[in-house]
Amino acid sequence: MWQTLKHWYHLLGSPRHFYRISGLWLPWVTLLAVAGLAVGLVWGLAFAPPDYQQGNSYRIIFLHVPAASGALMGYLAMGVAGLVGLVWRMKMAEVAIKAIAPFGAVLTAVALITGSIWGKPTWGTYWVWDARLTSMLILLFLYLGIIALQNAIRDPRQAGRAAALLAVVGVINVVIVRYSVYWWHSLHQPRTIRITDETAMPAEMLAPLLICMFSIYLLFAVTVLIRARTEILWRERRSNWVREEVTG
Amino acid sequence: MSSAFQATLKRELMLGMRAPGDIVNPLFFFVLVVSLFPLSLSPEPETLQLLAPGVVWVAALLAVMVSLDGIFRRDEESGALEQLLVSPSDLFLPVLARVLAHWLLTGLPLVLMAPVLGYMLHLPVAALDTLVWSLLLGTPTLIIVGAIAASLTVGVGRGGILLALLVLPLYVPVLVFGAGSVAYDLEGLPVDGVLAVLGAMLALAVSLGPLAIGLGLRISSGD
Repeated sequence: MWQTLKHWYHLLGSPRHFYRISGLWLPWVTLLAVAGLAVGLVWGLAFAPPDYQQGNSYRIIFLHVPAASGALMGYLAMGVAGLVGLVWRMKMAEVAIKAIAPFGAVLTAVALITGSIWGKPTWGTYWVWDARLTSMLILLFLYLGIIALQNAIRDPRQAGRAAALLAVVGVINVVIVRYSVYWWHSLHQPRTIRITDETAMPAEMLAPLLICMFSIYLLFAVTVLIRARTEILWRERRSNWVREEVTG
Repeated sequence: MSSAFQATLKRELMLGMRAPGDIVNPLFFFVLVVSLFPLSLSPEPETLQLLAPGVVWVAALLAVMVSLDGIFRRDEESGALEQLLVSPSDLFLPVLARVLAHWLLTGLPLVLMAPVLGYMLHLPVAALDTLVWSLLLGTPTLIIVGAIAASLTVGVGRGGILLALLVLPLYVPVLVFGAGSVAYDLEGLPVDGVLAVLGAMLALAVSLGPLAIGLGLRISSGD
């Protein structure tokens, strides 16, 4: 088990093998992501029962929750990749951070926008300085900081390592931000309306939600693979295997 | 080992004292930003008192951030940073000394000025000691966290605005607890726990920050 894991780690750590293997995976992951998203969204938007309190307006949850959880997972993945990149100086980890950041930022923005659209009918306002909303906003800034740092440094290796360090610092920070923002929230008056009553969700709603979540993760993987492949081709443009790959 | 710490501290302090503008300018900036708020909001004591913890804390945070842009720049230009990086000794202590010197030269004056500004914003005198304590525990954390970002942007030409983008989201927890401790005091609640959290963040920053700063400097030097 350990040996196979190590074998795959080294195999995927090599840009050339990563390019080859990811090329084999990409069509299947894409197919699964698109199919899952289609099934989950149609099920959730058209067939799941309406909420007894919020009626049909709750249906935005099928986009909102997957986007929010994908955004958080993406940042966590960047932190792990950052640690791997700093400790083992692995090129692919730096490529991974660069590939994750844009889609992660987009998902954070989607979570914020769908959240505020949902907030209007349920809370009566597009924006409140709620603990969850505020920490998502800060997460967006952290994503944008990583992208800005990568764009500012010309040398790709140096930019990759700098982003790796920032991602690790950012992950520690995200945890503290979350606690501090919840504490800050308790300092202010507690809200009268809650985001969700913590009652268990019926299975007819939960099933499409889980499918949507899983599919958004897969979609994330698809964009990461595509971006990583492009980045590999650019970084290795002077090597022979890329020349053969491109000229066929 | 500790001689590296002392030597760096002495050098930094001496260089700082010989360029007093670097000490005075952030302090001016701090006072200026705070004085903009009564002008833009309202001079009424009740309003100002309510806003004072946040205003003083945000102004101190911005002053620290502005001062950080130059923390490694001069040494990078003169080549002293390169010498530090090729030296055989570990970077932890020299970096810690550098950060401490920066705090003594720019952070401490802000802390000492804060009660005056707090008084001018009509904070009750009883709350001023919480303001000073929170800044005393918070500004070193701000400097260490900011120095991590500064170490990554040291070679970047248009560093200033980039530094702000990287640093401000990282400052959120310190700001929340720092301004929150004074707000707690205003409401008559106990502040020991809040100050303890600020102290915990400082302990975390002092123990892990110099490692990250050293790594950042190595990355920026192209290693």
